[in-house]
Amino acid sequence: MSGYIPISREKRAELLESVGLKLENLFDVIPDEIKIKNKDFPGLNAQGLSEQEIAAQLSNLAERNKRVDQYDSYLGAGFYDHYTPAVIDHIIGRQEFLTSYTPYQAEMSQGTLQAIFEWQSYICRLTGLDVSNSSVYDGASAAAEALLLACRQTKKTKVWVSEGLNPEYIATIKTYFHAAGLEVEVGALNEQGTAAGTYPSGDDYAGFLIQSPNFFGIIEDMRELVKKAEQNKALSVVSCDLISLAMFKSPGEVGVDIACGEAQPLGIPLNFGGPAVGFLAAKQKLMRKMPGRIAGQTTDTEGKIAYVLTLQAREQHIRREKATSNICTNQALLATAATIYLALNGRSGLKEVAEQSAAKAIYLHNKLIQTGLFEAVYNKPFFREFAVKLRHGGSLDVLNKKLLEHRVIGGLALSDDVWLLAVTENKTKKAMDDFVALVSNLIRQENILGG
Amino acid sequence: MKYQTDLIFDLPQTGDNTNRILKKCDVIKPNFAEFYGEDLLREEELNIPNLSEIQVLRHYTNMSAKNFGVENGPYPLGSCTMKYNPKVNENMANLPGFRNTHPLQPMETVQGNLMLLYNLEQQLNAILGMDHFTFQPSAGAHGELTGIMMIKAYHEANGDFDRKVMLIPDSAHGTNPASAAMAEFEIREIKSNADGLVDIEDLKQKIDDKVAGIMLTNPNTLGLFEKDVKEITGLIHAAGGLCYYDGANANAILMQTRPGDMGFDVVHLNVHKTFGTPHGGGGPGAGPVGVKKILEPFLPTPLIKKIDNADQSTYILAYDRPQSIGKVRAFIGSFSVCVKTYAYILAYGRQGLAEVSEAAVANSRYLLERVRNSYHVPYQEPAMHEFIITAARQKEKYGVTTIDIAKRLIDYGYHPPTVYFPLIVPEAMMIEPTDTETLEGLEGLADAFNAIAEEAAENPDLLKSAPHNMSITRPDETKAARNPILKA
Amino acid sequence: MAEYRDDRYYVESHEWILTDGDTATVGISDFAQEELGDIVYVEADSVGESLEKGEIFGSVESVKVASDLFMPIDGEVLEFNEVLEEEPELINEDAYAAWIIKIKVSDPSQIDDLLDAEKYQEIAE
Repeated sequence: MSGYIPISREKRAELLESVGLKLENLFDVIPDEIKIKNKDFPGLNAQGLSEQEIAAQLSNLAERNKRVDQYDSYLGAGFYDHYTPAVIDHIIGRQEFLTSYTPYQAEMSQGTLQAIFEWQSYICRLTGLDVSNSSVYDGASAAAEALLLACRQTKKTKVWVSEGLNPEYIATIKTYFHAAGLEVEVGALNEQGTAAGTYPSGDDYAGFLIQSPNFFGIIEDMRELVKKAEQNKALSVVSCDLISLAMFKSPGEVGVDIACGEAQPLGIPLNFGGPAVGFLAAKQKLMRKMPGRIAGQTTDTEGKIAYVLTLQAREQHIRREKATSNICTNQALLATAATIYLALNGRSGLKEVAEQSAAKAIYLHNKLIQTGLFEAVYNKPFFREFAVKLRHGGSLDVLNKKLLEHRVIGGLALSDDVWLLAVTENKTKKAMDDFVALVSNLIRQENILGG
Repeated sequence: MKYQTDLIFDLPQTGDNTNRILKKCDVIKPNFAEFYGEDLLREEELNIPNLSEIQVLRHYTNMSAKNFGVENGPYPLGSCTMKYNPKVNENMANLPGFRNTHPLQPMETVQGNLMLLYNLEQQLNAILGMDHFTFQPSAGAHGELTGIMMIKAYHEANGDFDRKVMLIPDSAHGTNPASAAMAEFEIREIKSNADGLVDIEDLKQKIDDKVAGIMLTNPNTLGLFEKDVKEITGLIHAAGGLCYYDGANANAILMQTRPGDMGFDVVHLNVHKTFGTPHGGGGPGAGPVGVKKILEPFLPTPLIKKIDNADQSTYILAYDRPQSIGKVRAFIGSFSVCVKTYAYILAYGRQGLAEVSEAAVANSRYLLERVRNSYHVPYQEPAMHEFIITAARQKEKYGVTTIDIAKRLIDYGYHPPTVYFPLIVPEAMMIEPTDTETLEGLEGLADAFNAIAEEAAENPDLLKSAPHNMSITRPDETKAARNPILKA
Repeated sequence: MAEYRDDRYYVESHEWILTDGDTATVGISDFAQEELGDIVYVEADSVGESLEKGEIFGSVESVKVASDLFMPIDGEVLEFNEVLEEEPELINEDAYAAWIIKIKVSDPSQIDDLLDAEKYQEIAE
């Protein structure tokens, strides 16, 4: 008996014999020429390991990493280290949520279905939009799906995307659009680091997409997006941050057609970048063209409130090649985790997360500027992330390497001298003070400023 | 237990809970209205409730009790491979050394992660018979799309812009045509023959110089092994096309045969099926995609590479790949799902994986024989890891349909099988007991199916009104779709 | 048992067409509505477009089936029966009263090639 298989080989042979079958004939249907003969494969152990051995091997690998809870990290750029309340792991670790499948059989999955319904409700309340789906793979694929939705709705084949969108998302959109034979135009930011005044004109655009806060952390004015999109008969799309929406106007409030983004900041662990959980919400008129699963409320035979997967005629298992998307499942468990995060924090807690992140980012930004060693790249208000530039040139790669020796993971070097730094409520004043002092010392002592 | 769970928005609210979870802010909060300007800021507070911790816990704990998981009992949902999800794998994925690493950390600080992914790639290459894997795709359908995009990129790189046709059997998963359509392919459907296998004559007629490739599941969605697979892949290759293997049913063939040896050029795997990572009520899963050497240049970016130095090896992420299709999502992939996959494969090794497929097929065949006399069995070819029976007989004689049988199975404490799929079989029930089903689970399922067949004859209303002991019974899907209520 | 009315013409894809001068109404047959089951949504986003016979003018959905709707002859789509937006079940109640679109007929001679009720019934069943 191997691994987790509960029936022994002897018993298996016995069971098969009892119905007139033989264990050794099970795979007779596989032609000999493709049966595995070479029994040794590099990279794959012949024998399985015990649980103890697995735990030892995996722990050894994990220990080779440097962790953001042991190092002082300033990385963001799409994934953020927010605090994960203890309750979340306890609930999503329950096997009823963890091990179940997509809720096809409503009677056996009311828990998952109601959780999805609540996720959709929270997403609508946060984004100010009418309809949310049950989640998609991540923020990047959410942006791609949002723009494909715009193309379906408008029957046009070109979209415009601001360069303020996370470059990983832009790359993903390009991949999807190239495959679909559709066109993506990427518009450069203005010199203040926003999309203001950069929108194109022409009635052949299906959608305009900006990110807010954008890749440089700057809050964009979505009103101009809505106006420009309307003028050009395109749909307005915003890739937004859910935590920031506790402080800032929502996309729906200013008339945006589609909101999308990454919900990882809602207490989902970093996990080296995945799994992630994307959200996608839109105005009512787009409901039947949305991709992905959607849960709805209805009643059962006795009139009791019940939840089901609905609007399924949009989907691949019914429409096949004419479906709104090939998406077959969602990120239910992570959507549930994010929903629990919102339930635990409530409006007051979420606002506090947002305000502390913003306050600390502003604090760190000012401290760095005060050293005289950095200048702001853009002079626009930012949320939890900002870009600064070495005033006297030099190499941030060298600085980041030096910082590592001091158990600090510095910001993301966007070029030799432009540094993107993110902080959340997890960061303490002391850590930031120490960081700024360390950075100043390193720059002054070491040969980081270059020639 | 309470049958109706209020929505979280209907619970009585507590007061301000600003600092229940977070400590007080240790820097001075600036005047935000001044910093941002009034008109960017929200005017009213968010409309989401403030609740206490115990309210939230009770709410979701009670909801979870209305779900059925693999640890509750048999879950023979065909094509979904609802096997046991090992607990130690969850613990491993949650090790702080994995969990608290950021995707943009310098490579020298994440050598453990990169080594794990590199080793996992070697394992998957061995198991599937491929040369390289990408971990970017986040699910099976996402893997299909990625694979199809690579097929398109391959033909484009060869200047073969007219190859616009993807061949797909009529029994295929709906995601196959949907994925191909997202990459602008025209779908040409291949018929199944009376045995439930690809009709080779029909295939031959549909191959021409417009064909970009074929998408095939083997064993197919009817649970039958396409024994002519070498001929099929040979025909496609001879016509200049590539062959895509939908790995949804890979549990049936683990270490018995390999897609690479069958002639496939690109495969995706559903690790949440084959390698026992939890389905999570729909996700997160992962859909790593493997390719033969000819497609390596087109794999998404980045790839993991090993560099052998004199003293030790280091692992890097390779980004400079000019022919790559690009990215299909942000960062590297669903890393923590990969950790669970790796731990799963370690637990079995080559010999153990061969026993996984043996147990999966044996359980399926045994269960089929145990229920064969009670239901119509549409195909006589030997079933692999799953099989199809139908309610055709019950429908004709007693007006009882597949959905009634599925719902009645719930009364017996079992999750129903996949129903009404594949679309080419009327009243289909697709049953997959998996390799981790217990003896009592198999016998119990067989007894339940047989008992229900008798009930269909004696008391059809018992089936039509099922299930009888759940919090709800047969929600009105028509009402849900006609007047959608999608939020509170 | 599905009803077949001989006051109008049919196509194999199960649409009916009823002419009135140079305009016509188009719907789906009683047989089609029975096959689909409870209809939950109908749309025709082609209003204002000139379409050829066989082109898609809209779609109809039940809970688990979605089907495209095809032009029975060439014509310009003049109007969508907006009552169906709120009450798609009207098609289930009377498929021949619940027209889906009104069209301007481009070429009346195409009508001659369509199926009459008897021929359509043979094909449908």
